[in-house]
Amino acid sequence: MNSGIDLEMSFTQGVQNLGLSHELAHLLWIPLPMLLVLVSAVIGVLVTVWLERKISAAAQQRIGPEYAGALGILQPMADGLKLLVKEDIIPARADSVLFTVGPILVLVPVILSWLIVPFGQNLLISNVGIGIFLWIALSSIQPIGLLMSGYSSNNKYSLLGGLRAAAQSISYEIPLALAVLAIVMMSNSLSTVDIVEQQNTAGFLSWNIWRQPVGFIIFWICALAECERLPFDLPEAEEELVAGYQTEYAGMKFALFYLAGYINLVLSALLVSVLYLGGWGFPISIDWFSSLIGLSIDNPLVQIIAASLGIVMTILKAYLLVFLAILLRWTTPRVRIDQLLDLGWKFLLPISLVNLLVTASLKLAFPMTFGG
Amino acid sequence: MNIAYSTELICFLILSAVIVSGSLAVVLLENIVYSAFLLGGVFMAVAGLYLLLNASFVAAAQILVYVGAVNVLILFAIMLVNNKEKLKPIKGLRTRKLISGGVCGGLLILLLRVSITTKWNLPGPASIGEEATERIGEHLFTDYLLPFELASILLLMAMIGAIVLARRDVSIPKADINDLKNKKTLSDKKIPLLSENSIK
Repeated sequence: MNSGIDLEMSFTQGVQNLGLSHELAHLLWIPLPMLLVLVSAVIGVLVTVWLERKISAAAQQRIGPEYAGALGILQPMADGLKLLVKEDIIPARADSVLFTVGPILVLVPVILSWLIVPFGQNLLISNVGIGIFLWIALSSIQPIGLLMSGYSSNNKYSLLGGLRAAAQSISYEIPLALAVLAIVMMSNSLSTVDIVEQQNTAGFLSWNIWRQPVGFIIFWICALAECERLPFDLPEAEEELVAGYQTEYAGMKFALFYLAGYINLVLSALLVSVLYLGGWGFPISIDWFSSLIGLSIDNPLVQIIAASLGIVMTILKAYLLVFLAILLRWTTPRVRIDQLLDLGWKFLLPISLVNLLVTASLKLAFPMTFGG
Repeated sequence: MNIAYSTELICFLILSAVIVSGSLAVVLLENIVYSAFLLGGVFMAVAGLYLLLNASFVAAAQILVYVGAVNVLILFAIMLVNNKEKLKPIKGLRTRKLISGGVCGGLLILLLRVSITTKWNLPGPASIGEEATERIGEHLFTDYLLPFELASILLLMAMIGAIVLARRDVSIPKADINDLKNKKTLSDKKIPLLSENSIK
């Protein structure tokens, strides 16, 4: 059923040839893709931080980081190193246990969600059946970590920031889930691999963005709100709340929040590209392309080129969206809390419900185009 | 005993230890905030048990509903009330604790007896794994449709109740609006939807 490169199969077979049992080979395999994805997530964050610094500089007509490496490319590394050696302060009247657990609870679900991000047919950690639903469930854990760190800091700004963050992510989770539901209904599967495959039948014309333009916009707005990016960065609004729930944090604990925010941004961009922009799909169908050259799709060379092209396409699409998010951050003002909640509950929620109903009726009317 | 089985056993032991000790702590701890956070931990451990039983959809739904919605709501409620206010000492707290402890212990003994005396059909039916999501959807919209709809009506009722309690709106009788001769301002005429006494 699964055509194409299967690294796991080749790895386990290679290890078994060395004389180890099948189970042991599987056990040896498990940590490898996890480590790879963790490393790529962190590298993705470094790149995003650098992009953020450079683009914000360009938006404000500055030069931005320049001396650390070529074009300041090592600046995020320096930032990380600085945070690593900073003193880890726990405020005297704070609740030290909750204060420590809070940032961890914020970061871990975000990293776990990378489980389902596919970079190719078999290039993901685990093709779990519940796929995208796992991400929605995991992202609902985050508000608890935010509330925890806001409460335990024993600071009114922190508490307000934590409450705001939780309220925001709860109210934007619902339209987000409804937008995803419309996609799931069209592809008849929750699995991210199936969702991408269903979009890659005719190049970029079959991408979901053409069938779900409203859903795409809803999803993008909600993803920005979930990442607490401007125009939705109320939980850490500097002018009102110092820095929201992270006011009292320093050193590595602050770095965990910072990391979680950027990993979440990259993850959201990747998921937008998976759900709406054809994931690893090339704008022109690979099948058609290989038949043009006269090579079969099962040819190893074609397979390798297609796989690397897939990774490049996924990352390219994701980073285009990251670029858009950064541009939005440095060019739009912040919304007020009442505007934010109004937008979520009175505009996005009804629109996403209508979108879901329209998708369902279109699916019944045109089963060919909207996934029968 | 192979690797898969022993991993499963270790996971089961850890999860059940977390659930038992966590739920005891939820009930016994003095600090209500700790109780609420631990409750979230217990919910997550229960989701872990569902995962062990190959019910990944139920596990994800457990996290989404219980951790993401119920527990966050509880935390909200706790953090929005004034926690500096000391609770009034309740008369006969010790006897109350003893009585509830006795009831819980009795319930535990009863459940233990049931679980020991029941002849469990082992091994149980094979899990359907990834297919479960579709199967749950099918059942919800065919043979469990009535309970499903009833549950949604229950939720709707709870929601309307919450809105009525939260929005202390006022209504002005129509006769008073048209009554121009009346010297009193309209704001004096406002009648709360719920009477003040019923709110207290």
